[in-house]
Amino acid sequence: MTVYLPIAELSVNIFIILGMGAAVGFLSGMFGVGGGFLITPLLIFYNIPPIVAVATGANQVVASSISGAITHFRRGSLDMKLGTVLLVGGLLGATAGIWLFALLRRVGQLDLVISLLYVVLLGVVGVLMLFESVNALRRAAKNQPVNLRKPGHHNWVHGLPLKMRFKKSKIYLSVIPVVALGFAIGVLTSIMGVGGGFIMVPAMIYLLRIPTNVVVGTSLFQIIFVTAYTTVMQAATNNSVDIVLAFILMVAGVIGAQYGVRVGQRLRGEQLRALLALLVLAVGLRLAVDLVVTPEDFYSIVSAGTGR
Amino acid sequence: MRKLARTLLAALVLASAAPVLAQEDKRPEITERLEIGISTDEIAISSDFRGADLTIFGAIEGYDPNLLAQRKYDIVVALEGPKDDLTVRRKERVLGIWVNRRSMTFELAPESYSLSSTRNVDDIAPAAVLNSIGVGLQHIRLDPIGYIGDGSNISQFRDAFRRLKETGGFYQRDPGGVQFISASLFKATVRLPANVPNGTHVVRAHLFRDGVFISEKALPLRVVKTGLEQMISNAAYANPVSYGILAVVLAALTGWIASVVFRKD
Repeated sequence: MTVYLPIAELSVNIFIILGMGAAVGFLSGMFGVGGGFLITPLLIFYNIPPIVAVATGANQVVASSISGAITHFRRGSLDMKLGTVLLVGGLLGATAGIWLFALLRRVGQLDLVISLLYVVLLGVVGVLMLFESVNALRRAAKNQPVNLRKPGHHNWVHGLPLKMRFKKSKIYLSVIPVVALGFAIGVLTSIMGVGGGFIMVPAMIYLLRIPTNVVVGTSLFQIIFVTAYTTVMQAATNNSVDIVLAFILMVAGVIGAQYGVRVGQRLRGEQLRALLALLVLAVGLRLAVDLVVTPEDFYSIVSAGTGR
Repeated sequence: MRKLARTLLAALVLASAAPVLAQEDKRPEITERLEIGISTDEIAISSDFRGADLTIFGAIEGYDPNLLAQRKYDIVVALEGPKDDLTVRRKERVLGIWVNRRSMTFELAPESYSLSSTRNVDDIAPAAVLNSIGVGLQHIRLDPIGYIGDGSNISQFRDAFRRLKETGGFYQRDPGGVQFISASLFKATVRLPANVPNGTHVVRAHLFRDGVFISEKALPLRVVKTGLEQMISNAAYANPVSYGILAVVLAALTGWIASVVFRKD
C-alpha cells in the first residue's frame, strides 16, 4: 500500500515507514533516547530529500519526547529554572541554525553538510559510547566497583562568571555554559532534525555536574520546546515539514517505544549501551560510504522556486 | 482520466476553407494557418495519477492541396510545462568526498516538455530554424543566467539538463505522435508524465511547409492537482506558520495520547 507524501513529493510504501517508525521507537524506548538521530538518516536512505527528512524528524521528536516528559513532570524530576535557561539558548541556536540551513540550501551544500554532520556526530558519539560501555563491561566481569567521579568535584566550567542558583538541582552555576549548551543543541536540532538528548544528557552530567535525577526531565523540557519551535520555523522558512510522513512515523514510534521500554528494563545497561554504540556507528558508516562512493550521476537539477 | 481530452469539432467545419488559387509563384505566399482544439482548459489530477495521454485535434487552413498531397506539411505539437529558473549542479571529488562544485542556472526553462510530431523533428527543419523557435528536445531555449565563466561548459550543462529531464520522464518525444486523420485534419498525442508539474502548461502547435516554419498556435492548459495530499501541500505553502503549528499540535496530541493509553502508574 503506497501513500503519497505531499511535501517530499513522492509515493512511499506505508508499511516501510511504519516499520521504520516502530523500529526507531522501539530502540528509543529501549535506550531512553529520542530517536531523531536514527530516523533522519533512515529517511535519507529511503530517498526522502534530506531537507524534508530533517524538518520532519524534528516534528517527530516533539511527539516522542512529550510522552517521556509527561512522566518526568508528574514526578517533578525537572528543574524548571535550569530548563528555561537551557531553552533560551536552544531557541537562539535553533534560529541561527534555521538561517544557516536556508543559506546552505541556497548555495547547494545542504545535503552534504547534513551528511557530514551526521557522520562526525554519529562517529564520535558511537566511538565514545563503545569505549565507555566496553570498559564498564570489563569492570563488571572483574567485579570491580564502578568508578564514579565525585559529584561535588569542580572543573573549569565552575569558574565562569554570571552565576545563578538553581534550587531544584542544588547547584550554583554560571549561565554561560548552560546557554552555550542549549545554543549548540538548538543548532543541531534545526540542521540535523535531532532532539540532541544523547549529547545534552552526558554534557549536563559530566560537564555541568548537574544531578542525574533532574537531567533527563530537564533536557526533555528543553527538547520539546526547541523541536516544536524548529518545526514551525522549518515550515515557515523552508516549507519542508511533511505532516503525513511525520504522523505515520510518530504513531508507529510511540507504540514501538512502549515495547522498547519493557525489553530495555530486562537488559543490562552496559550491554544496551554497547549495542546502541554499534548501531550508531553502523548508521554513520553507511552515510560516510554514500559520501565517498562515486555517484551514479554527477549532475542534479533543482528548481529555484521550490529548491528541490 | 480516460476522458482527458475530447475532440473539438468546430475546427473541422472551419477546415473547409477555399484552397489557394495562385500557383504560378515558386514561393507561394503564406496563407496556411493552424487551428487546434482541446476539450478543456483545465485538467484535474489526483495523487494516484500514473500519467495519461492528452489528445489534441487540429486542422491546417488555407493549405495548398498539391503540397498536402506531396506530404510537404509537417506538424509539431509540444506541451510545455510551467517555466522556472532551473539550476543544474555538478558534483566533483574534493578530499575524497563528492561535493556540488559547479552550477548553472537556466532562465525560465520548462519543468516538463512533451513533444509530438509527424516525423523526427530534426528531419522536419534545419537545426537553425528549430533553435530560433525553440522546438525540439535538443533545441529548447536554455539560456544561462548569472556568472558562467568563459562559457566553455554550457553545452555540458545543457546536455546534462536534457538527459536528467528525459530520464526523469519530464521531457518526452513521440516522432510519430501527430497523424493526419483526413487531408488536412490531424490528431496529436502528447504524454502527461505521472509527476506532471502543477500549474499552467501551454499546448503549442507549429506548422512547417517543406522545412520552413509557417505558423504557430498556442493554447493554455491548467493542470490542477486535487485531493487531500494537494490540500496539505497548498496549506504548507500558503499558510506555512499555521501549518507548522498544526504539525506541532498533532505531534503533541500523539505524544500525550500515547502517554495516557500506555500509562503504567
